[in-house]
Amino acid sequence: MPVFFTHNQRSKLTISFTSQMASECSNFTSHSIDYHCFLLIKKHELEKDELRPLYMDFQATTPMDPRVLDAMLPYQVNYYGNPHSRTHAFGWESESAMETARKQVADLIGADPREIIFTSGATESNNMAIKGVSRFYQTKKRHVITTQTEHKCVLDSCRVLESEGFSVTYLPVQTNGLLDLELLEASIRPDTSLLSVMTINNEIGVKQPIKEIGQICRSKGVFFHTDAAQAVGKIPINVTDWKVDLMSISGHKIYGPKGVGALYVRRRPRVRLEPLQSGGGQERGLRSGTVPTPLAVGLGAACSIAKQELEYDHHRVSMLANRLVQKIMSELPDVIMNGDPEQRYPGCINLSFAYVEGESLLMALKDVALSSGSACTSASLEPSYVLRAIGADEDLAHSSIRFGIGRFTTEEEVDYTAEKCILQVSRLREMSPLWEMVQEGIDLKSIKWTQH
Amino acid sequence: MAASTRTQVIYLYRMMLTESKKFPSYNYRTYALRRVRDAFRANRKVEDPKAVERLMEEGRQTLAMIQRQVTVGKMFSTQKNVVEG
Repeated sequence: MPVFFTHNQRSKLTISFTSQMASECSNFTSHSIDYHCFLLIKKHELEKDELRPLYMDFQATTPMDPRVLDAMLPYQVNYYGNPHSRTHAFGWESESAMETARKQVADLIGADPREIIFTSGATESNNMAIKGVSRFYQTKKRHVITTQTEHKCVLDSCRVLESEGFSVTYLPVQTNGLLDLELLEASIRPDTSLLSVMTINNEIGVKQPIKEIGQICRSKGVFFHTDAAQAVGKIPINVTDWKVDLMSISGHKIYGPKGVGALYVRRRPRVRLEPLQSGGGQERGLRSGTVPTPLAVGLGAACSIAKQELEYDHHRVSMLANRLVQKIMSELPDVIMNGDPEQRYPGCINLSFAYVEGESLLMALKDVALSSGSACTSASLEPSYVLRAIGADEDLAHSSIRFGIGRFTTEEEVDYTAEKCILQVSRLREMSPLWEMVQEGIDLKSIKWTQH
Repeated sequence: MAASTRTQVIYLYRMMLTESKKFPSYNYRTYALRRVRDAFRANRKVEDPKAVERLMEEGRQTLAMIQRQVTVGKMFSTQKNVVEG
């Protein structure tokens, strides 16, 4: 029996390995892990002949489309003027490129170009929207509503607002990841200024009913902000239909450059914001600072390409996602997909493999670039808060992996990933005593684990 | 004239495929080949000469873009990935 798991829910997780496992992972010794993170995957640079892993992490970031790079390069090489310079050709050509980009972004979401503000990314857009709107209306309205599955930047901005004296409601989600609309409506108070819900979740891929939420907010007179970083260019968006007042867009999630994003701020009816960044009054006074022309041009090109390719990409991503999930689920038992199976974006698949530890599976799948559901980037061994919010069991949350499929994924990559995954999960399960016990028919929930 | 346009279209298609094969990056190469093939296939039935001319012009610009990006890719090429190497 190679692996011993003695588990006490309250205190420590003790793992001891035999030499077989130790030889596989060189930085392993007998360890007792209490709740400090122990990163098993050691950072190392690829050797010269070592083959590069496949990229299956499209929710983290996306490679730049060659067409986007092609649009950006002239502005990095020759047309380097500041778009806010009014007096010479360098400024004029740079400004016209920036305005074209603005129009391209606006066309993708069905907005007016004057409603788009370039920022440094979706994090800045989220900060601007949440802090800006609530601070502007703070004399009359002191309540903000958001959900428990939002991105860290939204939750952190709300925490800052709480320290300023606002009251924030964090709405729970159901087990399928969707919001309960009646609970939402009941939480809106007369002094609510803003509601923030993300369109597509970056961890589990669930798509919230934005149209209905927009309807509720408009009827109650509450501003509606949505973080659409994962949704823009992947599903059709129309801010007028959806009755959205603020929307955050991220460049590097739609095959554009990193370091740029946009915020859509509705003009009719006008949404007022207190600016976060003060300065020369650029971008309608809401975000001062020189607009980075090459990045803005890149974002515009990415948006126009996304608009053109939306259907083609969606069809292809759905096909590949089905292929991956069918392959894995047909060969392996006890695999659970987190999040609603219908209301989702197909390119973000979060699977939990029971009786296998997520980190060790990622280590075994070292030639595929994947991400796990556990927030091991933070200093604790706790599973991701999104999985906890949807009510996943502790052990299932620890063993979840997120597969991301995008525009450039091929069938070969999907097949390779699926085969490797099936192989490694079976191998890890062979080694697991929990799996042995399950095969013998013991119900794991009935076991009394010993104290350590 | 329909015949010469047809030959021109086929010539453009073949040129685009030849240039797309030169991408050093596996993902860009497979995407370009697939997208060019699917785009020409989708527009096969277009009859209106103005539309055909517009699509051809778009195709020529895309061809130039592919050539530029292949050159850039070659300047910064890296190891092959697991599936191709």
